[in-house]
Amino acid sequence: MNLTLKIWRQKNANSKGAFVTYNLEGASQEMSFLEMLDYLNSTLIGKGEEPIAFEHDCREGICGSCSLYINGRAHGQDSKSATCELRMSRYKDGDTIVIEPWRSKAFPVIKDLIVDRSAFEKILEAGGFISANTGAAPEANSIPVPREHADKSFDAASCIGCGACVSACKNASAQLFIASKVSQLALLPQGRVEAKLRARNMIAKADELGFGSCTNTGACEIECPKGISLAHIARLNREFLKATL
Amino acid sequence: MSNFFKASIGRKVLVGLSGLFLFSFILVHLTVNLFLLAGQESYNIATHFMTTNPVIQTIEPILAVGFILHIAYSVWLTFLNQKTRPQKFLKVDQSKSSTWASRNMFVLGGLIFVFLIIHISNFWYKLNFTEIGYIEHGGEMMKDAYTMVASSFAIWWYVVIYVAGAVLLGFHLNHGFQSAFQTIGLSNEIWRKRWTVIGNFLSIVIAAGFSIIALYFLIKHLIS
Repeated sequence: MNLTLKIWRQKNANSKGAFVTYNLEGASQEMSFLEMLDYLNSTLIGKGEEPIAFEHDCREGICGSCSLYINGRAHGQDSKSATCELRMSRYKDGDTIVIEPWRSKAFPVIKDLIVDRSAFEKILEAGGFISANTGAAPEANSIPVPREHADKSFDAASCIGCGACVSACKNASAQLFIASKVSQLALLPQGRVEAKLRARNMIAKADELGFGSCTNTGACEIECPKGISLAHIARLNREFLKATL
Repeated sequence: MSNFFKASIGRKVLVGLSGLFLFSFILVHLTVNLFLLAGQESYNIATHFMTTNPVIQTIEPILAVGFILHIAYSVWLTFLNQKTRPQKFLKVDQSKSSTWASRNMFVLGGLIFVFLIIHISNFWYKLNFTEIGYIEHGGEMMKDAYTMVASSFAIWWYVVIYVAGAVLLGFHLNHGFQSAFQTIGLSNEIWRKRWTVIGNFLSIVIAAGFSIIALYFLIKHLIS
């Protein structure tokens, strides 16, 4: 099939980017979205042009590397899936596809479709850890964890840190990311100790880095490849209130 | 405590709590207004009670503070949120991931504010600071607020403004209600659904309630 692709091109972090339109012929509906971009790049290399830079690694929805804003939605038109899970069978011949990098003050574009997501690392450094001295691995049954807590903690821990929540949010808020880390640790005995402090410090860091505040539109939950629940944001809010009031 | 006011969540909590306070006021307001449907005497007595009762009179300034807090913090947060994405997306499609009302709370709030000014200058100001007619009910002289309302709602474009205001308020509260509970942390998987259902129900009751009252007087005027 033939496609019209409007893709953001930007030489480096300091240059001013612009959209470039490519007419791609011969793409197949059996390709994945990223394979279609690989194919486009091979045609660009064939013509002596610079290929489009985009992030990818596992290509099976686990690593959180891929980060494309496609036709107005984070990770494309399918809810709760990553860009690498998007198939070209979702498109038809003659379609126009707009491909943009994540856009927010805290995620500056490095090149083309790649953004610097180290702001997430800085938020984690502010509190996304436990500092209790746990010593050697204890006998598993000595610290009972209720099944419900373990399940919820695991759901929160499934966050792959891709940044779709920030892109999907009209305020570029990182609340779902922060909430998933806060919940993951707060629901387990070792992490419970510093739960309040963690919420306070991670929120302060996110505010400092230029992420927005949450207005509960719920877009992040829908676009999150792992479908992480907004209930974790409510828990983050509870922990924050306990820490500050 | 200083961390609370400095953080984005702290400011959001103030917007949410003041919003819930204003929500409770709207419910009281609608309840009083429904006396309009019961007739002149009922409504005038209800208005007389609201304008003379010491408890209500004490709450009135607190209500004003609630409005100011809600508006000031919303404007501030919206201003800060405007700066988080200097380079906008070329194409945005949030229709599948969020409700229209949730994305347009500031615009809705702004329009409701405009309506509020019209409303305050036409009813609250007139009732409290201008000379309107008096009428005797049960041996006591009281302001004839009913006639003031009835004559206002006899004007068709006035009714249009009020119905529009009520519908805008309904949309604002539809998102605002469950959003406030989420912000103050009183929500989880189950309660979010419950707050949403309760919010949907109450926002429809509020929008329909205020609209019906205005339309009732217009129709009454047209057929008389």
